[in-house]
Amino acid sequence: MPETAAIGEVFEVKVMIQHDMESGYRRGQYGERIPRNIIQHFRCRYLGEQVFASEFFPGVAANPYLSFLVRAQRSGEFVFEWEDQHGKVWRRTVGLAVQ
Amino acid sequence: MKRKHPTLSRRTAVRGAVAACLSGLVPISVWGSPEDADLAIAEHFGADKPVSNGRVTVKLPPISENGYSVPLEVLVKSPMNDTERVVQVAVFAEENPLAKIASYNFGKHSGPVHIQTRIRMGGSQRIRAVAELNDGSLWSGYAFSVVTLAACVL
Amino acid sequence: MRAACIAFLLWASLASADEVISGYEFLTPETQALQDDDFANPGMLWVEEGGSLFAQQCADCHTQGSNGNLEGVAARYPAFDQDAQTLLNIEGRINRCREIHLQAEPLAYESKALLALSAYVANLSKGHAIDVDIDGAAQRYFTEGRDYFFRRKGQFNLACSQCHDDHWGRMLRGDRISQGHPNAFPGYRLEWQAMGSLHRRFQDCDAGIRAQPLALGSRRYRSLELYLAWRARGLIIEVPGVRR
Repeated sequence: MPETAAIGEVFEVKVMIQHDMESGYRRGQYGERIPRNIIQHFRCRYLGEQVFASEFFPGVAANPYLSFLVRAQRSGEFVFEWEDQHGKVWRRTVGLAVQ
Repeated sequence: MKRKHPTLSRRTAVRGAVAACLSGLVPISVWGSPEDADLAIAEHFGADKPVSNGRVTVKLPPISENGYSVPLEVLVKSPMNDTERVVQVAVFAEENPLAKIASYNFGKHSGPVHIQTRIRMGGSQRIRAVAELNDGSLWSGYAFSVVTLAACVL
Repeated sequence: MRAACIAFLLWASLASADEVISGYEFLTPETQALQDDDFANPGMLWVEEGGSLFAQQCADCHTQGSNGNLEGVAARYPAFDQDAQTLLNIEGRINRCREIHLQAEPLAYESKALLALSAYVANLSKGHAIDVDIDGAAQRYFTEGRDYFFRRKGQFNLACSQCHDDHWGRMLRGDRISQGHPNAFPGYRLEWQAMGSLHRRFQDCDAGIRAQPLALGSRRYRSLELYLAWRARGLIIEVPGVRR
């Protein structure tokens, strides 16, 4: 995402995280079932409010990638959060300056 | 007196299939069907809600060289202002083992709905996206992609 | 799409038999776009991770300019190493470095850390033309690698050359056969849904023709890597490439 934006400007946010998104449908070398292990939630907060969120199922490709559009209101923080099925959370914060 | 034939309801059939899988009679390969996508849509948005065609554009490459990672784009026509906005979008595959692929929610500061992501496709099929507006109406669109077979199969 | 196909056919018929063409040209536009966009390319996740490992473990020696800015170095690998008295590829070079300068255990082939580091180092040579030395001590490895490339093997009794020299550009099931160049690796394969080394790719090729895959990092795979690098000389390194 850009570092700066004008008020009301629509800009693209791209996020990607490294994760196998193991579907639970695959089998290992010896025919054993590989258990499901996926990220289930992605949330993006801007100015303290949820601006975009997503729920993932096994049909989401490995190393989940997302791009979405946000409208700039005023300067503030973007908080990106991913949560897997076990409740483990990854978080990244990026600032946006609005002129 | 005519005896009524017992009809095999979908649910019973599914139960039977699950039981068969559990008992090891048939290998576990639960491929879906367009009806599964209908069911998943009803389950996600609530039953008995009419889904209209339109407003939603789904983009997939006509040919996908690998089903593990297919680029998907979803666009919804909406001004995204206080009077009319998209609340959520959900994406469904007609032939995947699990119909629902992902859902997306849009907050106050969201721009126009234009999502790009990468999905898994277990074979050539239609991918449907359904959008819910703030007035509760549902809109849908779809795209089709051919998933080709890899040269070397291990 | 149809226009793209026609353009491809025209171009393929114009290409001369000995022209070196990257595997990139055999991908669909969508997969090419995935490789081209540094932010969308999943291989960059490994490169970034390798960058932070490099900063922690290697940057003391390899600072800019002094003991080696590593830009362009990967284009000259595999190379014979006098010290080790063997042919080293980038993975081997990294492990050799760890052993001698860090007194650390070598990283396992295909481990996350070695993949990340080798992807990072190879990415520093992105855009450089492959240019390996096959003379002197490297020559016997080169010969061994070339032999492996032309030898029929496996239950299908196929040699690498039969697909990648004789029939590239033609269809094999749903795929167009590439010339089999190594310039994308370590690379992100859609089929793996992950980053992998060139040797892992070799194992898949061998298994594909129903031949016994060799060990990752084995001498014969390193020799094959040298032959392939020579065969692809002049081709630009694309790491992290995206392939089917």
